[in-house]
Amino acid sequence: MDIRDSAPKKVKLSCSNLWKLFGQGADRFLSTNKNPSHQAVVDAGLIGAVRGVNIEIHEGEIFIIMGLSGSGKSTVVRCLSRLIEPTCGEILFDGSNLLEASAKELIEIRRHKMGMVFQHFALLPHLTVLGNVAFPLEIQGVDRKTREQRAIEIIELVGLEGREAYYPRELSGGQQQRVGIARSLAVEPDIWFLDEPFSALDPLIRREMQDEFLRLQSVLKKSIAFITHDFDEAIRLADRMAIMKDGEVIQVGTPEDLVMRPATEYVAEFTKDVPRAKVLTVMSIVHDAREGHAYDNFVLATDKIDAVAERVLDAKHGFGVQDESGRIIGEVNQEDVTRILIGRG
Amino acid sequence: MTFTTSLRHPDEADSALGTWFKTYAPWLLLFSLVGLLYGIAEYIPWAFKYPREWVIPLRFWISDAVKWLYNDATFGLFTFKEFTRGVSWVLEWPLTLAKSLLSTGFLQGQGSDAVVVWPRLAWVALTACAVVVALAVADIGLALLVAACFLYLAVFGQWESAMVTSSSIVIAVPLGVAGGLALGIAAHRHPIFEKILTPVLDLMQTVPVFAYLVPILVLFGFNPVAAMIATIIYAMPPMVRNTMLALHRVPAEIVDFGHMAGCSKRQMLWKVMVPSARGGLMVGVNQVIMLSLNMVIIASMIGAGGLGRDVLTALRRLNFGAGLEASIAITLIAIALDRVSHAFAHKPPPVHGKNARIFLGSNPYLSIALLTIAGTWALGPVLPAIQTYPENWQVTTGPMVNDLMQWLNVNFFDTIEAVKSWLLINAMIPFKRFLLSLPWIALVAVVALSGYRLGGAKLAVLVSCLVTFIAVTGQWPKAMVTLYLVGISVFIASIIGIPIGIWSARHERADRVVKVIIDTLQTLPAFAYLMPVVMLFRVGDFSAMLAVIAYSLAPAIRYSNLGIRQIDPALIEAATAAGCNRRQLLWKVQLPLALPEIMLGVNQTIMLALSMLVITALVGTRDLGQEVYIALTKADIGRGLVAGICVAFIAMTADRLISPWSVRRKKLLGLE
Repeated sequence: MDIRDSAPKKVKLSCSNLWKLFGQGADRFLSTNKNPSHQAVVDAGLIGAVRGVNIEIHEGEIFIIMGLSGSGKSTVVRCLSRLIEPTCGEILFDGSNLLEASAKELIEIRRHKMGMVFQHFALLPHLTVLGNVAFPLEIQGVDRKTREQRAIEIIELVGLEGREAYYPRELSGGQQQRVGIARSLAVEPDIWFLDEPFSALDPLIRREMQDEFLRLQSVLKKSIAFITHDFDEAIRLADRMAIMKDGEVIQVGTPEDLVMRPATEYVAEFTKDVPRAKVLTVMSIVHDAREGHAYDNFVLATDKIDAVAERVLDAKHGFGVQDESGRIIGEVNQEDVTRILIGRG
Repeated sequence: MTFTTSLRHPDEADSALGTWFKTYAPWLLLFSLVGLLYGIAEYIPWAFKYPREWVIPLRFWISDAVKWLYNDATFGLFTFKEFTRGVSWVLEWPLTLAKSLLSTGFLQGQGSDAVVVWPRLAWVALTACAVVVALAVADIGLALLVAACFLYLAVFGQWESAMVTSSSIVIAVPLGVAGGLALGIAAHRHPIFEKILTPVLDLMQTVPVFAYLVPILVLFGFNPVAAMIATIIYAMPPMVRNTMLALHRVPAEIVDFGHMAGCSKRQMLWKVMVPSARGGLMVGVNQVIMLSLNMVIIASMIGAGGLGRDVLTALRRLNFGAGLEASIAITLIAIALDRVSHAFAHKPPPVHGKNARIFLGSNPYLSIALLTIAGTWALGPVLPAIQTYPENWQVTTGPMVNDLMQWLNVNFFDTIEAVKSWLLINAMIPFKRFLLSLPWIALVAVVALSGYRLGGAKLAVLVSCLVTFIAVTGQWPKAMVTLYLVGISVFIASIIGIPIGIWSARHERADRVVKVIIDTLQTLPAFAYLMPVVMLFRVGDFSAMLAVIAYSLAPAIRYSNLGIRQIDPALIEAATAAGCNRRQLLWKVQLPLALPEIMLGVNQTIMLALSMLVITALVGTRDLGQEVYIALTKADIGRGLVAGICVAFIAMTADRLISPWSVRRKKLLGLE
């Protein structure tokens, strides 16, 4: 049971039965073969980049699509933003069918409701930081003064103040990606696509950028589709995540779901070395509260065990567990915490 | 019982022989068939010499078609003749404007009664502007070079002619760039158009220039506008290609970003694609400039005045003194423009805080330039020396050069003649005779088999068609003379160029020197090579060969150098660690890996050799080039085009055979 599933969430962007096959005669093949297997697609001489994918991205959540290279995760996101035209399927954005949008409508949707961050930053080399961040607004026809003012605000938000006049080449990778992030946020998008945004960065910078990303999200509360091939990054950032292989989604769930209940061997292979304490919440080891016992200390049910372990283990008495409204729902004991910490999930 | 473990599989000996047989059997069969051909030569003379009666009169068909086009064709509202006149009329405007500004001054009235209303740009002003531009895009070094070039023009009395030439270049280059950009963008947007355009570009870049001078001469007449049209057509293809390539190379993520930002088609092109592709586009601009200058002399054959005409006249009269000065003037303009546009294309990426714009806004360079122009206009009437470089300050080396020539001829004639005769008698003429005696059908078969081995049936059909076309249109003997000159020149250029390239790739210091030399060699217009060669060796095949070698040497050096340099350093380290000495390193590691790139260099050498060879028709070769040249003097479109297309087909055959080999070899070596 997961506390976050209890409240019904509004769906921002979803796709159902999404297919993208590359190769000649893909349309014909798919209209005659409903739901072909991986092998059938290969035998037809086609490449099955996305096969029958169903995904829902809720409002305000970080939804991560994780998969190794060639698993089709990039293609999924490019289909969701219609950078690539899917072979078939349905995409609902705010309840309306995105695939029916005309070229003109699509331009309007992208101008005002979508933002995207790219793996290799995709900054325009001839524009300064300011020019790059203001670019999406310039495309909309916003006047210079307004757009530059807005750009300066966002540059500040991502911590690049003072670098407005620099050119992309003069910045480090991490700084360039901050520009990329600022640029994608300039239009205040409803849905935010991030395509392996930190993969091209050094491990230390990557970590820093992940923290920065979480900080931004805690302020902005965007609906996010985030792609990565890095499982650790995925469980660190995800509210929910999907694992892809050979164009199919194998499992969708919270990181906790995936670790505790892997759907296939393949998922289990990924999750087996993940430190349980970093994924599991207090909720997963909560016991019923002792009748009439007064607790001195409390932890939240949604806290990660890793985050509260030290406090719990140092304490002399048991900890009470509260839900978000402050209601006491049980207690945790030190044995359970220790068990999780040493990895006996 | 003993076990002898043989490393060889028992079948392996057989299979090795099998592979060998598979590789060489077709060739053995082919050569024995050719041998057989010689055996029964008297029964099948048509296999040796393509019979005259079988020749398709394509050249007459073309001439008739153009005649009809020019005399009778109509597009409904207007005739074809009116169309060409319209084009001329439109292009004449900017050309007249440029000429007024640079050369004649703004005139009122007609002919000799014309009065100068407003003077042309003073030589001081133009030199100052050029220096300022050089300063703006590069540094003081380039500024000095540019200043020296302009001073040369003034001091050696080349200014008047140079300005006539420049006024045509100034208009041709922007038009060539704009046209190339437009075609390149269209091709990028519509893949079908790209499919049509690519072979047309291939043909345009391999057909010798002379060949399309002929139709332009017929359609547009003998005048500066016609010459400018020829220049634009000649200079445009590389811009189209570079545009296509540069747009194609814009990273996919940047294109995706443009879409995600919600760019309209126009915004996508002008705000995302073109700025991102700037570097590649500027390379195209540089090439347009260089090719336009390359055309200066050739264009004077259909009515361009200026430096080109001076050189051509001097060459025809064998007046080297006058010709050399004009040649140098063209070369200097070429070098100056090349360096400036190159510097502009490779300008270091912008740095924050520095003004990235050069020609806009309030910046010191523009103000200086404007002030000088205004100043010279104001002072011109008072001090004529500022306006026009005084004639009595001019220097000429003409008589000196002619004296030098005479001295060389008196003292070294025998030596030079001996070398020349020896080479002609022992190498060139026997090779020529051999090629001429070959049965044409055998050559077609060899080319077809090579094509089949390298690229399958499709390539075999293509190349054998290309070669057969030459026989069928009756150009075979002339094509063989072309082949002989190209073959021998490319061979010599390769055995000089490849070792230099390899050597310089292995020695840092040599590399720097060689690089400067080949950069300069590549900026020189083709005609610049002709003048000194003819001065020393007179007209004939030998001079032609030398000019061709000099002109086509650069790519052989450049590609060999590149081939060696781009080998993964890890491989060199591995080989060194395995104990290779320098010689083993070269022969066992570097050369095999560089070979595909070296062969691409040879391919480029062949292309350049062919284009130069046509120009050497001016010094009396007897090949396809001569055929085109004669067609030009007789305004015979069919004759010129057919011979020109034959040259193009020779070039394409070589290219289609070498390029796929190189690509395949690179793939095999894991280099791509």
